[in-house]
Amino acid sequence: MSKDKSLPSAPRASRRGFLTAAGGLAATALAPQARAGAGNPANQPPNVPEWTRTLGEGVAVRPYGKPSKFEKDVVRRDVEWLTASRESSVSFTPLHELEGIITPNGLCFERHHGGVADVDPADHRLMIHGLVDRPLLLSLDELKRYPRVNRIHFMECAANSGMEWRGAQLNGCQFTHGMIHCVQYTGVSLRTLLEEAGVKTNGKWLLVEGADSASMDRSLPIEKALDDCIIAYKMNGEALYPEQGYPMRLVVPGWQGNLWVKWLRRIKVGDQPWQTREETSKYTDLLPNGKARRFTWAMDAKSVITSPSPQAPIRHGKGFTIVSGLAWSGSGKVKRVDVSLDGGRNWWPARLDGPVLDKALTRFYYEFDWNGEPLLLQSRVQDESGYVQPSKAELRKVRGYNSIYHNNGIQTWHVQANGEVENVEVA
Amino acid sequence: MASRPGTCRQTVRSRMSRSPKLIIAAAALATLVASAALAGGPSEKTEAKIETKAPQRFNIGRAPSAEEIRGWDIDVRPDGQGLPVGKGSVAQGEKLFMDNCASCHGEFGEGAGRWPVLAGGKGSLTADNPVKTVGSYWPYASTLFDYVRHAMPFGSPQSLKVDEYYALVAYVLYLNDVVTDQNFELSNSNLSTIKMPNEAGFIMDDRATSEKAFWQKDPCMKNCIAPVKITGRATAVDVTPEDKDGKPRGVE
Repeated sequence: MSKDKSLPSAPRASRRGFLTAAGGLAATALAPQARAGAGNPANQPPNVPEWTRTLGEGVAVRPYGKPSKFEKDVVRRDVEWLTASRESSVSFTPLHELEGIITPNGLCFERHHGGVADVDPADHRLMIHGLVDRPLLLSLDELKRYPRVNRIHFMECAANSGMEWRGAQLNGCQFTHGMIHCVQYTGVSLRTLLEEAGVKTNGKWLLVEGADSASMDRSLPIEKALDDCIIAYKMNGEALYPEQGYPMRLVVPGWQGNLWVKWLRRIKVGDQPWQTREETSKYTDLLPNGKARRFTWAMDAKSVITSPSPQAPIRHGKGFTIVSGLAWSGSGKVKRVDVSLDGGRNWWPARLDGPVLDKALTRFYYEFDWNGEPLLLQSRVQDESGYVQPSKAELRKVRGYNSIYHNNGIQTWHVQANGEVENVEVA
Repeated sequence: MASRPGTCRQTVRSRMSRSPKLIIAAAALATLVASAALAGGPSEKTEAKIETKAPQRFNIGRAPSAEEIRGWDIDVRPDGQGLPVGKGSVAQGEKLFMDNCASCHGEFGEGAGRWPVLAGGKGSLTADNPVKTVGSYWPYASTLFDYVRHAMPFGSPQSLKVDEYYALVAYVLYLNDVVTDQNFELSNSNLSTIKMPNEAGFIMDDRATSEKAFWQKDPCMKNCIAPVKITGRATAVDVTPEDKDGKPRGVE
């Protein structure tokens, strides 16, 4: 799409190029062929395109494949003003460009506290000690000799959508909801290793600690550790990416991402929680009365429409339109998703497509014939426990505005007549 | 191969006392022989069952030595468990803080740029903009020691001596008026006796009761609320990062 100054742009003043360009979408909506025109007409019918008349690259020119060069903008992005340093910061998954439920490894959002540790797997060790009968020291190769499990789970930062507590701030579900990814993990059940080490009867808590510059440490109750946690060394079939804790990380299904310690090096069994910095000063949720909730581990049911969304406007004008979104719950499986076109007044059941798995992302669709009128798009999930995703107003009524974490309120996208989409609040 | 079960069991018992490793193998062998005796000979089915049965223990990996554990075992709990022997004073900590911490956290813990504020913020937790500091928010002094020793100074963690970490923690407590004497010396014997101002400020996760309204309801489908209006827009705040080419992509 090219910016055509001769065509009218949206009647909304903005100092930002992002919005100026988006305003140009009005032209696209009027002339659906406009974007296709950005290519080379010599490649289009009736002509035979250049890639048909020449040989392409041979095998292994790119021994590790990459996306098409035309998808170069499908990347993680960050919000520079969020943090003081690049090493203790976050980048976001481009949810608006993805489909299905699996996040490609290179697009999984990052959150580091001391940069990405560059770990040589030959030197990495996992130590299990404390209240156990047989302390263990394992290399990666030794870890891989234990029986394996494969599980698909979402991993969400507790601060996902945290910038939106006080109101709509960011135009793009990459930024409002992109601190989440979902991959298939391969690893060893934590229970297997704890049984190998032999937890003593007074062993009630685990300290889990990373090997990066922040040496992240968190306390994990033994019940969860024995239930469904995994020490993973593969994601989507290949070795963990360095940004995701290579060579091994903890997987704590359904619970806040901060517990999923990357570059995992140590597990200590004790009889009390450690009250580490992350679980006291950081991942606690401040309520309006000045008290703070702690140990808020589970991620509540949440959903978001990924397209259309501010970074994925409707370019085709009125007509058949696909609403695509993601829903998930830290308490189990997604039971249903409803979609509203009028800001939550009326709802229609969405169609779940693809696998609906425990503590995993679930893809939903709502297809309809758009008449070109403005919409206030929302999605609302209910999980198998019966929990219903609350509106932002309902959530704020209980938690106020200062909780930072666990913002799972219903998101509203305003679809304008020209197909442009913006992040809004409604009442 | 046919041997009498009785003979075999005796062998098992004599080995058990010597090597726990052999218990499982021997027990499995005993089972095999017993089954074989019952069936009148080893069958394929019986053998397959035994081969796929996972052992109770895998005996993969080794025990870390006491010295190996000591090198990594640096965590500290509120009850003082884990504190290394050492000490450091507020005055010693002040110098260390200026050299190692002040460039990010400010000379008085007031914070520089977007780096964390360490001191102040008392009484702000119910305000519009809470300032969560060691003094206003952190419930335990042990957490400060655990964190600073794990992760600070930023970029060169675990580079200071134990006594220096005690001194730094003493200074941060002093900046927060938790200790008020410049000559105060923090040590492994007194750290766990320090009470932090906001220790009582924390409650356990009560979402299951306090947010019960979000559970077990039939979601409303028609005319659920009065027609809504837009009350806020992200563009009013206007902090979305630019796209590289200044254009949103979008669905065709």
